[in-house]
Amino acid sequence: MRGWRVAVLVVCVALPALAISIEAGDGRWLAKVPTDVKQRTNPMANESNAMAAGAKLFQENCASCHGKRAEGRAKHPDLHSDRVRNATPGELEWLLKNGSLKNGMPSWSRLPEPQRWQLVTFLKSLD
Amino acid sequence: MGVKSVTASPKGGNAFLANALEFEYGVKAWWTSELYLDSQSTANESSLFTGFRWENRFRPLLREHWINPVLYFEFENINGADKSLLEVVGHDTREGFLERNDRHEKKREAEVKLILSSNVKGWNISENMIAEKNLAGEPWEFGYAMGVSRPLALIASAKQCVFCRENLSAGAEMYGGLGERYSFGLRDTSHYLAPVVEWRVPGGTTFKFSPGFGLNDNSQPFLFRFGVSYEIDQIASRLRGH
Repeated sequence: MRGWRVAVLVVCVALPALAISIEAGDGRWLAKVPTDVKQRTNPMANESNAMAAGAKLFQENCASCHGKRAEGRAKHPDLHSDRVRNATPGELEWLLKNGSLKNGMPSWSRLPEPQRWQLVTFLKSLD
Repeated sequence: MGVKSVTASPKGGNAFLANALEFEYGVKAWWTSELYLDSQSTANESSLFTGFRWENRFRPLLREHWINPVLYFEFENINGADKSLLEVVGHDTREGFLERNDRHEKKREAEVKLILSSNVKGWNISENMIAEKNLAGEPWEFGYAMGVSRPLALIASAKQCVFCRENLSAGAEMYGGLGERYSFGLRDTSHYLAPVVEWRVPGGTTFKFSPGFGLNDNSQPFLFRFGVSYEIDQIASRLRGH
């Protein structure tokens, strides 16, 4: 019985520590984007409603961390930035799909791909 | 936070409503921790608090892959009569639904799951392999769950909407037991097939409905699972005043 209690404790303490050590070995997200993914074009870029739909998706899914006007909050970055302006649509979609887990950005793979592209359309419209 | 409920009316027993009140916190983007408080009301018997569960989910791979694993660990301390049916394992059968609320057996169990999920063209496909161990020396019990679901629309509309196709998902789940260490297999196990409808309301509330149909004589012929959850964004930042 005591052995099982120890095992449960080890699982609950050791695994987070292991995950943290994995996290520490990861690099910057932009460097991880494959070349062919960087060059992908946004299939929703010419859709008339894509920016408005992306803005709506941003308010529903992203604004709680990045602020309602994407101005950033606490540790979460301002998206009116050179990094977003200079990123290709493919890089931004890759980031939305994969997240940057070590920096607290979750994966948004649960959003269908067309919605991620709508979000990219909105992000590229930011000043 | 949310509530996951199941209700059924077992033949030869009393109708019941079992609830699991869930508090989930995203500790990190790759780690969530949940506390469940279980309760149960049974017709002609009583209402009672049946125990608690503490679970942790870890996403070991930092990028999205064709198949994405999640490791799940749970400790539960519940009454033997608990019917919240968060999973089916071992030789769980419909006779388990006949247990009376005044049963005093305490179950202290550890549970491990390997959750595999994939997102393909809007479809979410997931498979769970479950292993559960009663810490009082019972053998390991095994179970499975698998499911597919898809939003009714993949492209978001530009207008705010509550009851529109992009907010609704439909799918199906199948779950059941796989015996135990010394009698692994399908013999004397129960299995269910359950359509699932999920409705995500803008603002953070999600409703889920799932009628379940027993697939063999060991299964409860019909049970109904439903739940509601509400996401409180950035609760830690709010508490710190950011």
